[in-house]
Amino acid sequence: MVTYIIRRLLATVVLLFFVSAVTFSIFFVVPRIAGSTPETLATRYVGRAATEETVKLTAERLGFYDPVVVQYGRWVKGVVAGTDYDYGAGVEHCPAPCLGYSFITRQPVWPDLLDRMTVTLSLAIGASIIWLLAGVATGVLSALRRGSVFDRAAMGIALGGVSLPIFFTGIVSLVIFSYGLGITAPGGSFTPFTENPAEWAYDLILPWITLAFLFAAAYARLTRAGMLETMNEDYIRTARAKGLKERTVITRHGLRAALTPILTIFGLDVGLLVGGAVLTESTFSLPGLGKYAIDAILNNDLPKVMGVTILAAFFIVIANLIVDLLYAVIDPRVRLG
Amino acid sequence: MRRRTVTAVALSTALALGLAACAKAKTDDTTQNTTPAFNAAMGKVFNPSDKKGGTIKFANLGDWDTLDPGETYYGYSWDFLRLYGRSLVMFKPAPGADGLKLVPDLAESLGVPSADAKTWTYKIRQGVKFEDGTPVTSKDVKYAVLRSTDKATFPNGPAYFEQFLNLPAGYQGPYKSKGVDTNSAIETPDENTIVFHLKQPFSGFDYFAMLPQTVPVPEAKDTAAKYKEHVVSSGPYMFEKNEIGKSFSLVRNPNWDQATDPNRKALPDRYEVALNVNADDIDNRLISGDLDVDVVGTGVQPAALGRVLGDPNLKAQADNPTIARLWYTSINPQVKPLDNIDCRKAILYAADRTGYQTAYGGEFSGGQIATTIMPPMIPGYQQFDLYPAGADNKGDVAKAKEALTACGQPNGFETNMAYRAERPREKATAESLQQALARVGIKLTLKPFPQGDYFSQYAGNPPYSRTNKLGLATNGWGADWNDGFGMLSQIVDSRVIRETGGSSNISVRIPQVDQMLDQALAETDVTKREAIWGQIDKRVMEEAVILPGIYAKALLVRGKHLTNVFINESFGYYDYLALGVQ
Repeated sequence: MVTYIIRRLLATVVLLFFVSAVTFSIFFVVPRIAGSTPETLATRYVGRAATEETVKLTAERLGFYDPVVVQYGRWVKGVVAGTDYDYGAGVEHCPAPCLGYSFITRQPVWPDLLDRMTVTLSLAIGASIIWLLAGVATGVLSALRRGSVFDRAAMGIALGGVSLPIFFTGIVSLVIFSYGLGITAPGGSFTPFTENPAEWAYDLILPWITLAFLFAAAYARLTRAGMLETMNEDYIRTARAKGLKERTVITRHGLRAALTPILTIFGLDVGLLVGGAVLTESTFSLPGLGKYAIDAILNNDLPKVMGVTILAAFFIVIANLIVDLLYAVIDPRVRLG
Repeated sequence: MRRRTVTAVALSTALALGLAACAKAKTDDTTQNTTPAFNAAMGKVFNPSDKKGGTIKFANLGDWDTLDPGETYYGYSWDFLRLYGRSLVMFKPAPGADGLKLVPDLAESLGVPSADAKTWTYKIRQGVKFEDGTPVTSKDVKYAVLRSTDKATFPNGPAYFEQFLNLPAGYQGPYKSKGVDTNSAIETPDENTIVFHLKQPFSGFDYFAMLPQTVPVPEAKDTAAKYKEHVVSSGPYMFEKNEIGKSFSLVRNPNWDQATDPNRKALPDRYEVALNVNADDIDNRLISGDLDVDVVGTGVQPAALGRVLGDPNLKAQADNPTIARLWYTSINPQVKPLDNIDCRKAILYAADRTGYQTAYGGEFSGGQIATTIMPPMIPGYQQFDLYPAGADNKGDVAKAKEALTACGQPNGFETNMAYRAERPREKATAESLQQALARVGIKLTLKPFPQGDYFSQYAGNPPYSRTNKLGLATNGWGADWNDGFGMLSQIVDSRVIRETGGSSNISVRIPQVDQMLDQALAETDVTKREAIWGQIDKRVMEEAVILPGIYAKALLVRGKHLTNVFINESFGYYDYLALGVQ
C-alpha cells in the first residue's frame, strides 16, 4: 500500500510538470502562430496611453524577449528554488514554491492561490457532504419505494436539479432567501472558518445548498439505479433469509455494493470542484479558485493561469488517488498496484 | 337618485381634496427633492442632508485597476480617489454644469500660467497632513508626478506628464534615475510652491493638475509597485484594510482638517468596497437596498434593465446620465473607393442612426443618437448635423445615392468592416450598417477581430487595414476629462497614427486639423479655445471620415439609503465625494 502511494505521488509530480509545460507552450505558441511579437503580447499589460517605449519596457520586464524555453526554465526555477522580484523601489524575495507574480496585479501568485483555496475547499467540502448524504439517501429511499409518490416526486425534482443551471438557481435563491426573506447571507460573503465557524457556515449555506442541489440530483438517480440492481441480487435474498435486520441488509449489503460507481463519480466531482467551482463562485461572488481562473484567462495573465492549472491538476490527481485507495477499503476484491 | 347624487358629490369632493393635498405634498417634496423620481439626481441634489455617520457599501463587478493614484486610469477610480487623496485641483462636487468646473483642492487656487502657457505655478494649502500627521509639502507633489513618469513600473497610467514636462533626456523616474536634477521640469522653490515647466505651451494644464498623479506621495513610504497595497492618505479617509482582488475599506483620517478643505463634507464614517462581485447580483442588491453604490457606473445589466424601466417604482430610483463617450465608426480614406469623399459621404447619408442606437441598447442603456464627435457636455460643443438622416433617422437613401453617383459608383461598391469580436454591441452595429448600406448597393463583409489586438494588429494597423481593405471599423472613445483636448486629441490628430499600429485614430489625417489642435493648445483664452474645439469637430465631420453613432448613456440605480445623490457631469455618474447615508 505504501509503495503504491509513493509511486502514485511521484507520477503526480511528473504529470504536473508536463501540464505546466503544455500550458506554458499554449500561452506562447498559439499567439506566435497568429503572428504575435513580444511587443504585441505586451500591449495586453499596458494602459491605453502606452507609448511604444512603454510597451517595450513592459515586454522586457515580463521577459518576453527571451526564448520560450528560457522563460519556462525561469518559472521552474522559481517553483523549485524561489526567485527575486523587482517591484520598482526594491527587490523582494519570493520563496519556493514561487509561482511568479501576476502580470496585471503584480501580486505573488502562490499566496493568492492558498487564500483562494480555502474558499473553494470550504465550498466544495460542504457542498459535497450535503449532496452525498442527500443524494444517496434519496436514491436509497426511491429504490426501496419504487413507483411510489415519493419516488416519482424525488426523481422529478432530481431532473429539475440536473437541468437548471446554477447561474439561474443561484441568482434566484439570492433574491428570494437573501434579499427577500433575509435569512441567508448576501452574495460575496465569506468568513474564514478559523475566524468564526458559525459565520463561515452561515455565509456558505446558500451556495452549499444550491450547488448540492445540482449534484444531489445526479447522485440520487445513480444510487437509485445501483440499488435497484443490487437489491435484486441473490445474496440479498440470502441475507434476508439468514434473518438479518432489514436496515443491515440495505446498508451493509445492498448500498455497499452500489457505492462503487458512486464513489468513482464522487472522487472526480470533488476533484474537479476543488479545482474551481467557476459558475458557483461567479454567481455567489466567492473569491475562490474558479473565479481566479476565469479572471486570469480573460486577462491573459500567464502566472495566474499556470498557478491555477497546476493546482487544479494536482487536486484532480489526488482525488483520483484517494478514490483508488478507498476502493481497496470498500471492495475486498480490489488489489492495489 | 338623491342618494347616488350625494355619494357622487361626496366622493368627488373627497377626491378633489385628496388630490390637492397630494399636490401640495409633492410640491413640498420636490423643492426638497426627496421624492424618488426618474432623473431626480440629474442637475440637482437628491435627498440632501448634512447627517454624519454610517457606512456606505460599494461593489465593483471586476477588480479595481489600481488604488495607486500614480497609475489608476478609470473614471470611477478618479471619482472615488478624492476620498483618500487630494490632487492639486479637482472637479467641483456639484450637480449640473457646476460639476464641469475645476476648483482648487490641494492648491489654494487654479494654476497661474506664464504668458506663453509653458510655465504653471501652484501654491499648496497650509495645514494639510498625511494620515500619519506629517505635513504635505510641494516636494511630495513633485515626487508623485515624477514617479508616475516611470512607465516601466507604472505602465498603465496616463502619459500626459512625460509627454509635456521638460524632463531631462533619458529620465526614467526616481527609482532608476535617482539623484538626477529634475528642476527643468518641476521646481519647488519653497514648501508650499510648485512650478511646472513644459516643453510646449498647453493652456489646459489645470486638467493635468486635476489628474490623480498630482496626489502627494511621501517618498519615504513609497514602495513603487507595492504602494497600492497601502496608499498613504491625504484625504478625509484612509485605508483600514486592503485585500487586493477581494475588498477594501476606508475609515476616517484623524489628520484630515476640514478647515483646509472647502470641497468635502466627509459625512460617512466608513466605506466598504467589495470587488469581483457578480454583476447581476450587484443590481439585485442595489434594488433591494442591500448595496448602496455600483461603483463602476456603467449602468445596470440587461437583466435588470427591463425590470427597472418597466416598473414605475424602480424607474423612480434611476438616473440616466450621458457620459463623455462617443461610440462611432471610422471610415478609412486609405481604402478605395473611400479615398473619394463622396463615397464616404454616401455611407454617412445611408447609415441607419436608429439602428446604431438600438444595436447599443436603445435610448436609455445605449445612448443618444450622435451627429457630432464631441458629446454635448464638452465645452465648445456645437450642435450640427451635416448628414441629416431623414425624419425617422433611418438614413437618407436618396442623398446617399446622389453621393454614390458623384463618386463614380452609382451601383454601390464593396468593402470590409472590422469590429471587436468580444463586443456584442459592436457586432450588432456592424450588422445594422450592413443592412442599412445594402439599401444603396454598398456591400459590407463583416470581419471580427480580437479586441486585445484590434488597434495594434488589425483595424488600427495601417498596412493591415490597407491590405485587407478594412474600409470601416467600429470604434469608441471616452474623454479623459470633459474638454476638447481630452476628447479629440487621440482620435483626430494625424500625428498619433503609427505605421506600426496601436492608435485609436484610424481614419483622420487632416493637416488643417493638426494645426487647429496646436492652435487650441496654445490659446490661453478659454472662450476662444472652446470655439476652436467646435471648429475642429465640424472640419473633421466635413471630411466624412467618422460616422458618429451614439453619445453613451447609462441607466444607474440610486442606493435606497443614500443622501446627497447627484450626477457629477465630469464623470457621468454619481459624485462619490458628496454621498452620505440616512
